[in-house]
This record gives sequence, structure tokens and C-alpha cells, in this order.
Amino acid sequence: MTDGTRSEILLRVNGLTHRLDVDNRRTLLDALREDTGRTGPKKGCDRGQCGACTVLLDDRRVVSCLTLAVAADGSDVTTVEGLAPDGELHPLQQAFVQLDGFQCGYCTPGQLCSAVAMLAEHAAGWPSAVTTDVSPERPAPELDAVEVRERLSGNLCRCGAYPSIVRAVLETAARAEVTG
Amino acid sequence: MKEFGYLRPSQVREALALVAADDGARFLGGGTNLVDLMKDGIETPTRLVDVRRLPLDGIREAPDRGLVIGATTTNSDLAAHPEVRRRYPALSQAVLAGASGQLRNMATVGGNLLQRTRCGYFADPSQPCNKRSPGSGCSAITGEHHNHAILGWSDHCVATHPSDMTVALAAYDAVVHYETPDGSHEIPLSGFYLPVGESPQRETVLPPGALITAVTLPAAAAGPRARYRKVRERASYAFANVSVAAALDVEEGVVRGVRIALGGLASRPWRALVAESALRDAPATADRFGDAADAELSAARPLRDNAYKVTLARNLIVAVLTELAHRAE
Amino acid sequence: MNASSTSPSPAPTGDRTPTPHPTRTSAPSAGTPEPLLGAVGMARPRIEGTAKVTGAVRYSSDEPMGDLAHGWAVTSTVTRGRIRDLDTSAALTMPGVLGVIDHRNAPRLDLEAGSFFGPDGGMHLLQTDEIPHSGRPVALVVAETAEQARSAARALRVTYDEEPCDVDFSLDHPAARPATSFIGADATVGDVDTELAASAVVVDARYVTPETHGAAMEPHSATAWWEDGRLQIVDSNQGPFLVAMTVAALFRLDPKQVRVRSPHVGGGFGSKSGGCGPQLVLAVMATAMFDRPVRVTLTRSQVFQTVSMRPTTDQRVRIGSDADGRLRAIDHTAAFEVSKLADYLENCTELTNTLYAARAIRTRRSAVPVDILPPYSVRGPGATPGSFALESAMDEVAERLHMDPLELRLRNEPSAGPVSGLPFSRRNLTACLREGARRFGWATRDHRPRTGREGHLLVGTGMAATSFGAGALPSTASITAETDGAFTVAIGASDIGTGARTALTAVAAEALRVPPERIRLLIADSDLGPAWGAGGSRGTTSWSWAITEAAAKLRSRPGGATLPLTVSFDTTESLGELPLMERHSYSAVFCEATVDPATGEVRVRRLLGMFAVGRVINPLLARSQLVGGMIMGLSMALHEEGVRDPATGRHLNTDFAGYHIAAHADVPDIEADFVPDYEPGDPSGIKGVGEIGTVGTAAAIANAVWHATGHRRRTLPIRPDHLVEERPLP
Repeated sequence: MTDGTRSEILLRVNGLTHRLDVDNRRTLLDALREDTGRTGPKKGCDRGQCGACTVLLDDRRVVSCLTLAVAADGSDVTTVEGLAPDGELHPLQQAFVQLDGFQCGYCTPGQLCSAVAMLAEHAAGWPSAVTTDVSPERPAPELDAVEVRERLSGNLCRCGAYPSIVRAVLETAARAEVTG
Repeated sequence: MKEFGYLRPSQVREALALVAADDGARFLGGGTNLVDLMKDGIETPTRLVDVRRLPLDGIREAPDRGLVIGATTTNSDLAAHPEVRRRYPALSQAVLAGASGQLRNMATVGGNLLQRTRCGYFADPSQPCNKRSPGSGCSAITGEHHNHAILGWSDHCVATHPSDMTVALAAYDAVVHYETPDGSHEIPLSGFYLPVGESPQRETVLPPGALITAVTLPAAAAGPRARYRKVRERASYAFANVSVAAALDVEEGVVRGVRIALGGLASRPWRALVAESALRDAPATADRFGDAADAELSAARPLRDNAYKVTLARNLIVAVLTELAHRAE
Repeated sequence: MNASSTSPSPAPTGDRTPTPHPTRTSAPSAGTPEPLLGAVGMARPRIEGTAKVTGAVRYSSDEPMGDLAHGWAVTSTVTRGRIRDLDTSAALTMPGVLGVIDHRNAPRLDLEAGSFFGPDGGMHLLQTDEIPHSGRPVALVVAETAEQARSAARALRVTYDEEPCDVDFSLDHPAARPATSFIGADATVGDVDTELAASAVVVDARYVTPETHGAAMEPHSATAWWEDGRLQIVDSNQGPFLVAMTVAALFRLDPKQVRVRSPHVGGGFGSKSGGCGPQLVLAVMATAMFDRPVRVTLTRSQVFQTVSMRPTTDQRVRIGSDADGRLRAIDHTAAFEVSKLADYLENCTELTNTLYAARAIRTRRSAVPVDILPPYSVRGPGATPGSFALESAMDEVAERLHMDPLELRLRNEPSAGPVSGLPFSRRNLTACLREGARRFGWATRDHRPRTGREGHLLVGTGMAATSFGAGALPSTASITAETDGAFTVAIGASDIGTGARTALTAVAAEALRVPPERIRLLIADSDLGPAWGAGGSRGTTSWSWAITEAAAKLRSRPGGATLPLTVSFDTTESLGELPLMERHSYSAVFCEATVDPATGEVRVRRLLGMFAVGRVINPLLARSQLVGGMIMGLSMALHEEGVRDPATGRHLNTDFAGYHIAAHADVPDIEADFVPDYEPGDPSGIKGVGEIGTVGTAAAIANAVWHATGHRRRTLPIRPDHLVEERPLP
């Protein structure tokens, strides 16, 4: 038997629903870039090895280059464009601008989406590889520079903006804590 | 990438039938490895059967008070699960030591078990590789192999298994459950991976078309004194050179129970049974840990450029057991 | 003499070195920076910052384009030989495929076209059936969509008559030949052998640095189409004007027919310099053949295989010193690999010519042609691998002398160029060394190795001194005084992440004496006139010079002129009048590293760089560049190595899982700061900051690893397998 090699899918991208007819080979990254005009997510490696294509899929960070568009059918997708839906920058975006958390900017959409999700993961109490004791009885690890670096290591930056990115994330997290 | 069909069944039976009906069909989990390999034509499925909407997600208590981990549970959910962290902390740590936050959100437990090697020759379809193209030869044995196997390899293949998760599963005596059109089956992880032998392309005992449905962890393996440690060439987001998953029970300075598994050394997670038996009822001292590691690694056959792995594995075993012994006291 | 120099010079101040430059219109206010409207010297966020954090910035593969076709490159799987057969029949019948370009039907290129080093066979794609290196493009498949092109590329059947290859580079390779003297001859000062014989201590060591890649996050992408008789190009590159000239030369077009734009570029680090990338050659061919806009984007693997890299180097350094640490001789022999397709110079001895005084200095550079694609500049070319060798060897001298390595550097400060004899425009290494040492807490260091320990970790510190050539190259800027009070400043600059948009806006604002808000900057377009690219740490200096002079010219016009009024300025003549001097940036890098001898894991815990980089236009952005450069140096020290199969010459790690660049977790908080500095030979007193951060870092880290462990690693990268010890600490 021969299967169809295209599929009709529904994607909700930054709150907007798209009905797309996609080649099954199309990655979510290509669908976002080519079919919905969202070129914020970047293709740095197309192999899940750099994180530049990171988007939120049903609120979880994923690499869209290894996600088949057809397999994301029915999902909610947030790209970097969706972090500032009304033109008002997300606090993390503001911190990136103020602290120069980027240079060429190519990895930035991925760093931002990844950091937004990472803060939520941390708030949910998820441990990381540098969490000394993963026991659930322990309070969640404090979000310090070491934790942030480990948790964002899936986002490579060749310009070497890492220290500024970590600073931006920590400042944003601290401010969120203060304002509750 | 070749064109392929895509199907998303909601029942396991249906999924099995869809794969059985097409020789070129493959199950699709998180896609983090399969889609990657498809891009280079190393995998060329004609049909993908997406398993992520099958009712195989989630972690629940097993009748023996162990845990049942559904095959489509993501690596993230596995690592974050309170009962995994409480009872099988080395599994949580192992999963967290692998890949990145994004990939762990995608990758499934079933898919992680079936990860292919990261050997550079395997990844390059233009090069000989017995695993990818049986009979074509192995370039790594004489070529670049500084991160290849020292244990259990054959003249046909010296590649390593890249998974961190499976190293912890090996230490914990996990059992793999799978379905075929004939029914349900289970096999201990220790028997799940085939020795390299003459057919490195055959990596597991799974018959064609079988679907992994769950992994169970026995109650007997549970305990807080366990640790996963991984050495790699970057502080994060890199495959292991060597890793160790270990659990240790010490009473009054004597080893009462010990579990050790090694990663990065073989075509499969390597359960260090020789070291374990050398340590049972032995004094929990660094010297004895070292002797036990030496006993295990006496079987190592390093290649030209990876003899360091013998030293590294030994040191890592000693360091992890010493740390656990101190914690136990 | 420049006719535009009509404004009065600023009054000289006490500590200002007289500028040798004849145009004094906007002479350096560097010694005592003029706080003019706060444009220069202010830490301001990037102008395009908001666009970058919202995903609104368009890189070359983001540009929407009607009727676009996609090209997919097919690359050689053998390293040397000839194409026996290239069977396109299956590919041509596949859905969406428009055609295949290969050596049988490709447009003929001008084989004289190339880079500064002469004809570059690396650009002459699809011209013959010869395979000169693994990964050489052999065909381009063009289709309606990228998926279709990729699938059809896989269906192409290419067979080769393979020939034995040679990728086994070393200093002793029989094919070694003297390197080009393009950037000056080898040095011969004094009698090295006599001085070495008279030395109390002689270090004689061999250092090897591997092939490393720029690995910018944006893979190279070009879109080309013909419109109104002109070839239009959007491309990722470091200098659109130079690229346009190269394309015109390659395709034998009138340069006026070619327009190249590179509005936003996702990093370069040298990999997008040097003329014309393979993506662009192929895209231009395809648009000519299929009469449609064609986009060619390289895969990450293709970037590794088809885009120039830093060549492997193998260096021997001999240093002789008196017992008190005064150097008698430096003998630096440096070999690097080149391709048989093009010449190139990895100028590893650059620092040896300028950094230290010695009675005798000899440098010998040799190139070894092997079967690889042409190497080219990667961030801090020559200086970076050269510094690893020289500054490791200096550390070894200090070790032998039981001397503070900082003191050894201070003791050998030259008063004039050690090889050239020319005066320094402003030597400022000592300030970097002393201030860096003070901040780092160097004074309390125990200089004996393996003396620092924390639990199971060994702790060590290391340092390196660095210089990097400073200067500017000819560029043209034009400025239009608009009717609304704004100034349109146009220059063919490229912002590859350097912050050029922001920096040049500040420079223009200062030069025009207006607030930055009134500047409209146009860059990244070859139509804006001849301009140097973002390379050689000479982008911002070259462009700023042109803008500054154009502004002066505009300001010198009598008032009441009809607007809009446009002036332009070409710096070629001014630059030619600059007297020859030793002009450099300087830095001192300090590192603290831990090593776990049980596992061989190295962690850089502290990294501090003090820099003398002239007047700083924007400290926020300059610091980012320097820190980023240091991270690339860290990455080189610990992670990066392009690996080839020794037998087949085939790359084995053409992805980011195999070719490691430093990730977040590898990088500590890094301090980079400035000592007061200016360059007298520059109208704004500035020097480049793009590369010097990379240069000294690998040596500082390797020296720290030695100090921690007692093991001297003379080959990079320093990986766990090199440091794991059989008997680790108890």
C-alpha cells in the first residue's frame, strides 16, 4: 500500500491558527519559516545540535528542526515573535537588549525561547545535571549562574554572548521574584 | 530525505498492524535521532507510525512497588518525576546528563533505548561501516577512534552506545516490555542489547515491527545512595567519554549491595558484574574499589588512541563509589 | 594633503602624542576624550537590539522572495581523483526538480579570480572533473522547494576514479615551501644560533594547533537573481563590496552590474570573508541557468566541508634567555597547511616580530600544500595559533628560570619594533600586564606547578601577553545633509554582530556634532561604494575614518547651502600618508583553571583580559566583542578540532555534536576591561576589538593547566584524555 506523502495540519502559531498542507518531510522549523512567514526561529544546524530553532511547543521548549510539522499537528507553537505579542517586550527580551545578550543575533530567538521555558521548568521544581541532590524532598535548586548555564547549554552562541545572556536571565528571574 | 507516509494511530494494536503492513515502516517517537538520521539518508523509512499519541505515556507504580515507565514518557518527565528522583536518583541524573533541555522534552524512553551510535563513520554514508552497511568494513578500528569502545567490541565494529539513560537502567536491573502482533513480551535490559559479534547492524533482540511499551524498574533496586557521573569533552551537551551509574549499600564499613554500570565503553551499557561480585561483603575502601574496577577492566581491549578510557573508567568507578561510601556512613 | 582639512585642530594637550596624520579636522580627542553629546564613549545598547530579540531581523535566508527556487549542493565523498560519472537521470525525473548543474554545463568562470593571495581555485566550482579535496561541490540540484532539491541531491549518482590523497601535514613534510611574503618577509635580526649558544636557558619546543572552524551560527546562504540588467544578491558575508568585486571577476561581469547586500549576518569570524563563498558561486550560476531567483543555503555539514577554516599549524619555538630573564634569542619556525588550489598565509610569527625585545629574532614560515580546501582567516588569523606557541614557550622559559612569567614579559619590553626598528605609535602592553595582574591577584601566586589544590581538584593560574596589528584600510563614505535636519550616512560596512551599526552611528554623530538620533546609517550594500569588510580588526577603524572625514568635509562647507547636500570621502590618500610605525592593540590575559586529575576535566574558573584597544566607541559592545573573542580562545584551548580520517582525508566531525564549540556550561563569568589608550594615527583614536580577545586566551589557559598539573600541553585542544592520571589525588 502507498501512503500519502503530504498531510493537512493545523498549527496555532503565536495565537494564530494556520491550516497547512505540508510535505511529510517538512520540519516544523521549515513550516514556520516557509509556510507561516515566521522567520524568527533560525536554522543553525538542522540537526538538533545548536538550539537556534528552539520554539515552545505546547509550552515546552523543543528544537523545531527535528520536529516534523506533521507530528506537531494540532499543537500550539510560540516562536520568538510570540514572546512580545503586543509589541511590549518580554522582560527577558528587554534584559537581552540592555545587557547586550547577543552580538550577531542569530542564536538569540532560540536563546530567548529556551530561557523562557527554562525559567518555567525551574519554577516547576525540575532538577538539572548540576543539581547536587535530585531528591524531591530537597527544595528546588536555587537558580544561580551554574544552574542557568547548564540549563541553557543546548543553545550554542558562537559570538560568545554567554556571560551577558546568563546575567540577563538571572536579572529577569530576580526581578520576577521581587514582583512576585 | 525520501518521501514517506505518516500515520498516527491511537491504539497499540493498530500501530503494530501499520508497521507490519509495510517493510519500510518505522515507529516515530520524539524523532531526535530518527529524523536526524533520515536527513542524511542513513534511515530511509517509507512510512512513519507516530507512537506519541498511543496510551503509553506516564509513570506509575508497579505491583512489586517498583515503577512502570511508559515508553512514550519524555526524558524530561522521567527525570523530573518525584518517585524516580526519590527511588532511582541515578536514573534522573543520567537522563539530565544527556542532550539538552529541548531534546529531553522531545525524546522518549523507548526511543532512547534504540539510539544509534555517534561514530563519525556511521554518520557518513560515503564511508564503510558494518553497522550501517553490513560487510563494508569498519574504518574506526584503524582510523579515528579516541572515543570508541574498549569492552566487548569485535573486528566488525568498535562503536559505542551513546545513551546515558540506559546506563542507569542497566545498573537498576530494568526490564524492557514490548509488544508484537503475537502478544506482550519482556526482557531484562541485560539481555536486550546483542553482543556486537559479526552483525553489528543488529543491535537488540527486538523482532522487526516490535514496539517498546514500557520499562520497569524493580523495587529491589531502589535506594537513595546512587549516583551517575559522566565525563565528556564539553561541560554539557556532549556525549560521554566514560560514564558510571552506581548504587552502594554500606553497613559498618562493609559493602552489602552494589550496582555498577558503565557508559561510553561498549556497544551497550556495560553492567560491571565482575566488579560488583568482587565488592560484595568487601570493605568499602578506595583500594578495594580500585581493585574491583581493575578486575572489571581487565577485559578491556583498548585501541591505539583510547587506552585512556581504562584509566578514566577506573578512576570514575573509584570516585563515585568513594563518594557514595562517604554518604552512606 | 587633503583639501578638506580646513577646520582648526584642537588645542594640543600635555599628554597627547602629535598625530602624524595630516588631516587634523577631527584629530584624536583620545587622550582626553571630548565629551561630545555623549555619542562616543557611551555604553549604549545595539540600535537593532529590539529587532534582534523579536525575530524581526532578516538574515539572508530569511528574505522573502517571489518565484524562488532552491539549490542543494552535492559534495565529493572522495578526497582526490576525478569524477568518472555523474548520473543525473533519476534526479531529473523527481518532482519539482528544475535541473542539475555540474562541470559539464556550468557557466565558465575566470580562473584568475581569487582573493588577496591570488587566484583561488576554491571558488572555481564545477569547472572540471577534478576532485581536489573532500567535500568539494560537484553539482547543484535546483528544485522548487528545498525538500525536493535535497531528495534529488540524494538521488544523484556520482562515481569517482579515486587517487591517493595526502592530508598528513607536519612541519617536516617534504612538500613544505617558504610561505608567501604577502604580509612582509621573514625576520632575521642578529644571530640566533650564537645567542642561543650564549643563553643560560634555552627552551626548544614544538606546538601544534588543529584545524579549527569559524563556525558562525548562521550557515552561509545566498540568494541571487537578475533584475533590470543587474545581478542582485543577498548573501551572508563580511564585506559586500569585496564580494561584489569578486563575483564580477569570477563571472566576468562589469562590477557595476553586481549588487550585493548583506543586511544582517549571523556571525563571520573570517568564514564569510575572503571573496566569495561557495553558496554564492552556486547561486549565481543557478540564477543564470534557470532564469529565476535561486537560494543556496549550505547545510551545517557543508559549511564545515566547503568553507575555509583555520589551517593546522606545527610550530617550533626556540627561546634563549639570560639567567635574569633577558631574552637573547627567539627563533620561531611555523608551518601551516595550505590547499593546492590557492595560496594563503597563516602568519603565525606576527607577535614574534613585535612582542618582545631580543638580541636575535628569526622567523621562518612555511606552507605545506596538502589535499584540503583552501584555508583562510579565522578570528585572529596567524596571531592566534602563533600566540599559543610563543606564549606557551615564554611560560616555559619562566618555568626554567623559576621566575614569575609576568615579570619575564615586563623585563623584555622593547623600545622600538624588535624586528622593524620602527617606533611604536603607542606601546601599551605594560599597563595591561600590571593592571590585569592587580585585578587578578597575580602577586600572591606560587609559581611552582601543582601547588594549588582544592579537594580532589588541582588549581592553577596562567597568563599570556598579546598584541594585534591595528590600522585602517581604504573606504569611502558619503553623508547627506537632509532637509529635515537628519544626516544620511552611507558606507559599505557590514555588521556581522560587531555592533557596527551602533558604533558607526556614534562616530557619525560625534563627527557631525549632532545627537545620534539624527543619524540615518546605511550599510551592508555594495552600491554604497568601495569599503573594507569586517575583517582584520579593521572594519570599524576603516569605516569610522571615512565617516569622520566625510563629516569634516560636510561641516567645512559654508552655511546656507541648498539641501539635501551630499559629500563623500575616500580615505585611500589619507591612509597612504600615514607614516610607517608599529601600530598595535595590546592585551594581557589571566586565567584560573581547575583540573580533576581523576577525569582529566579542565574547567576555566576565571578569565580576565585587560585591553589597550584605543579609544572605546561603545564600552558595552566592545566588551561583548572582547569577551566573545576570549570565549573563542577558550573553545580553541579545550574543545575544537576538525578531525579527518587519516587514510581517506574525509572530515569526521562536520556537525556541532562532533565539532565542539564551547557551550554555556563551559564559560565562566569573564572580565574584560580597558586601560586608557588611543591610537595617534587614527582620526578618532580607535583600534579594532574584533580579534585580540581570541589571540592570547589559549596560551593563558594552557599555562594555567601546566601550573595546575605540572603537565605541559603543547597540542590543542586540551581534552580529558590528555590529562587523566593513573594515580589521581587520594
